[in-house]
Amino acid sequence: MAVRRLHPDQPQTFEFTPENLAWAQATISKYPPGKEASAVLPVLWRAQEQHDGWLPEPAIRVVAEMLGMAYIRVYEVATFYTMFQLAPVGKRAHVQVCGTTPCMLRGAEDLIKVCKSRIHSEPHHLSADGAFSWEEVECLGSCANAPMVQIWKDTYEDLTPESFAAVLEGLAKGESPKPGSQIGRTASCPIGGPTTLTDATLFDASSIGAWKKRFDEAEATVATIGVANPAATVAAAPAPAPAATATSPAGPVAQSTTPAEAVAATGGAATSGAPGETGGYAGQSGALAAVGADNGPPLPAKPQLLDAPRDGKGDDLGLIWGVGDKLHEKLNQMGIWHFSQIADWTPAEVAWFEAEMQGFKGRVERDKWIEQCRKLATGWRPENEAGERPKG
Amino acid sequence: MLADKDRIFRNLYGFHDSGLDGARRRGAWDGTKFFIDKGHDWIINEVKASGLRGRGGAGFPTGLKWSFMPKNDPRPSYLVVNADESEPGSCKDREILRHDPHLLIEGILLASFSMRAHSCYIYFRGEYIRERERFQRAVDEAYGAKLIGRGNVHGWDLDIIVHHGGGAYICGEETALIESIEGKKGQPRLKPPFPAGCGLYGAPTTVNNVESIAVVPDILRRGASWFGSLGKPNNTGTKLFQISGHVERPCVVEEEMGIPLKELLEKHAGGVRGGWNNLLAVIPGGSSVPCITADVCDEMTMDFDALSKAKSGLGTAAIIVMDKSTDIIKAISRISYFYKHESCGQCTPCREGCGWMWRVMERMVKGDARKAEIDLLFDVSKQVEGHTICALGDAAAWPVQGLIRNFRGVMEDRIDQRQKALKEAAE
Ligand code: FES
Repeated sequence: MAVRRLHPDQPQTFEFTPENLAWAQATISKYPPGKEASAVLPVLWRAQEQHDGWLPEPAIRVVAEMLGMAYIRVYEVATFYTMFQLAPVGKRAHVQVCGTTPCMLRGAEDLIKVCKSRIHSEPHHLSADGAFSWEEVECLGSCANAPMVQIWKDTYEDLTPESFAAVLEGLAKGESPKPGSQIGRTASCPIGGPTTLTDATLFDASSIGAWKKRFDEAEATVATIGVANPAATVAAAPAPAPAATATSPAGPVAQSTTPAEAVAATGGAATSGAPGETGGYAGQSGALAAVGADNGPPLPAKPQLLDAPRDGKGDDLGLIWGVGDKLHEKLNQMGIWHFSQIADWTPAEVAWFEAEMQGFKGRVERDKWIEQCRKLATGWRPENEAGERPKG
Repeated sequence: MLADKDRIFRNLYGFHDSGLDGARRRGAWDGTKFFIDKGHDWIINEVKASGLRGRGGAGFPTGLKWSFMPKNDPRPSYLVVNADESEPGSCKDREILRHDPHLLIEGILLASFSMRAHSCYIYFRGEYIRERERFQRAVDEAYGAKLIGRGNVHGWDLDIIVHHGGGAYICGEETALIESIEGKKGQPRLKPPFPAGCGLYGAPTTVNNVESIAVVPDILRRGASWFGSLGKPNNTGTKLFQISGHVERPCVVEEEMGIPLKELLEKHAGGVRGGWNNLLAVIPGGSSVPCITADVCDEMTMDFDALSKAKSGLGTAAIIVMDKSTDIIKAISRISYFYKHESCGQCTPCREGCGWMWRVMERMVKGDARKAEIDLLFDVSKQVEGHTICALGDAAAWPVQGLIRNFRGVMEDRIDQRQKALKEAAE
């Protein structure tokens, strides 16, 4: 907390210019009726700008009246926020030197020395000619361009004592030195040119419309299923295929007669996820769809198993809907510790797992383990400890 | 390294047109209506599924936060965007605000719609004047093109009110920020009630960081699974890293979450000044997180979980690099000064504790202390931590704790040296 008091010498009155008054009224009208107080910061700020860069006491009264606020409320705002200057500042420049650690590490203390010798030995004091004043402020959000100062609205960055002195010299002569980096950098791009964003296709408008692809593919899947065998959707339910049950949108695909259609349909699903699902998690049933794509059950293949959990701690597999304590333990015994392990299973690996667990056939797909695990692996967590029941 | 095509902030440095036409060429405002037509919950679920965690420092899952907003409430709902970027080391939102404002505006529309809000307030830190002017121009452009406003082409009325702060770090805390918009001093509120129940003007409110909102349009365009496939489990997506201090080429850069620290510094920032072996310590997530020492940096990856395991934090991903020439006690003491300066004064442990810690730290810089005071300092920092309304008290305590944990030897040496000098002078 900084203790801040009003300056002993104050003007008698303060009045907004007609333009500023109109601006203030427009600003107040941005807020809901009855919430005029919301405009206190911008309106005080405008008063400060009008009054040579510092806020006089009569302005506090004027603003309080304008906004229907108690005088003391505006007073405490003016003294709380450090951007309000409560004493006269240099007419040409009030220099705010950032002194916080990132700037300090790159030489802010040398800039402060320049202020002390060039302007005044103490902050918040006017230089002999009244043109300059300075203060040390806290991080101004330009740390990758440290050290830096702010003068009025502009920042001067990547300074050395020499380039900083040159900026001050320019201002003293009534010039307007170029703001921003003083070593010719563009914003926070590394010196010597960018290490990223050099791919020209980012800027040639070629990405416009690219987003549609995944939705179109999802739709195409629906269409193919429908057109290829309208009856299959119905027929699938009572007579599930061995590896794919009706719960998956790709389930009916297994019933379709021509392999070409099956491939087309599942290819779409594999890259674009389940169509028409709310909260669709793209790619969620890709692997499941692939299970159905084959005309026979895939040959089992052993998935990656771990002797011990990575980093010594396994995921809480109980968060998978349908996995209880017993099964959790069993999974760990087999060497399955992480959501990401299950999320990556191929159909062949699912087949291996189901063969390994007796009486388990179809369960991985029915309960959408892979879909659940992909979601869980992102850090998403169900509201309920037992997991979230998969839709569909 | 993240491929260019997977980067979200394509105009990070402002080499290209930041206006509407330029933004559109880079893919902004594309498909927005389609996503809105998919419904409120679809958007929230996509954001949830992407694994996006808030980019303002705390890392709370963004989609989950949105889902806390009431659905059938007679009061208006508000989205408030926190552009009060002031955590020392942080300078990423500035680049979004001035160079890619349309990504943020589009994100604001999508997020507001998902939470059924028709007004969004964006709170700029007071010193970001040019950034605010630039952003306001982009907002005006969006109104002009009927992308936002009443009766816009997206079918969801939305007003964006650009609000002006007063240069107080504490207003980055969400309830202080709300107080500030209401025209009061920025002093945090007691929680509960949480803003989702009673926020701005007593109505349901969600406060999000600039970067969290600005990545939303791309998550919807490219899919939650795309975002989720980048980074590491529980730490997904891309992230703007800000590299300052003793590196050859300080910069802001977008990279994949979980990138090794060493790789990040060497690929984009030209490496540590004087080489990797010249590294002393790094503050990996903005001034409030404890520093980590060089040996830990060797293997460190830049994500929430790895850093919190190392007793530090990702914070805002503002990396402050310190080489062996650094007076580490002084570097941390300057941070203590910062927190003393920025404490809002509401809670006693913070108001008194921050000043006390800074004064003792200043003596530690000179070695003008007793060794037992190092323990006392640690102890007092523990009295401050966790005993205040907001996290500023914690933020002030952690850097000091990190210093004592990692560099106690340096502090003791300093005291010894001074003792020795005094003794010699007396002889
Ligand atoms: S520390 Fe100086 S701008 Fe951030």
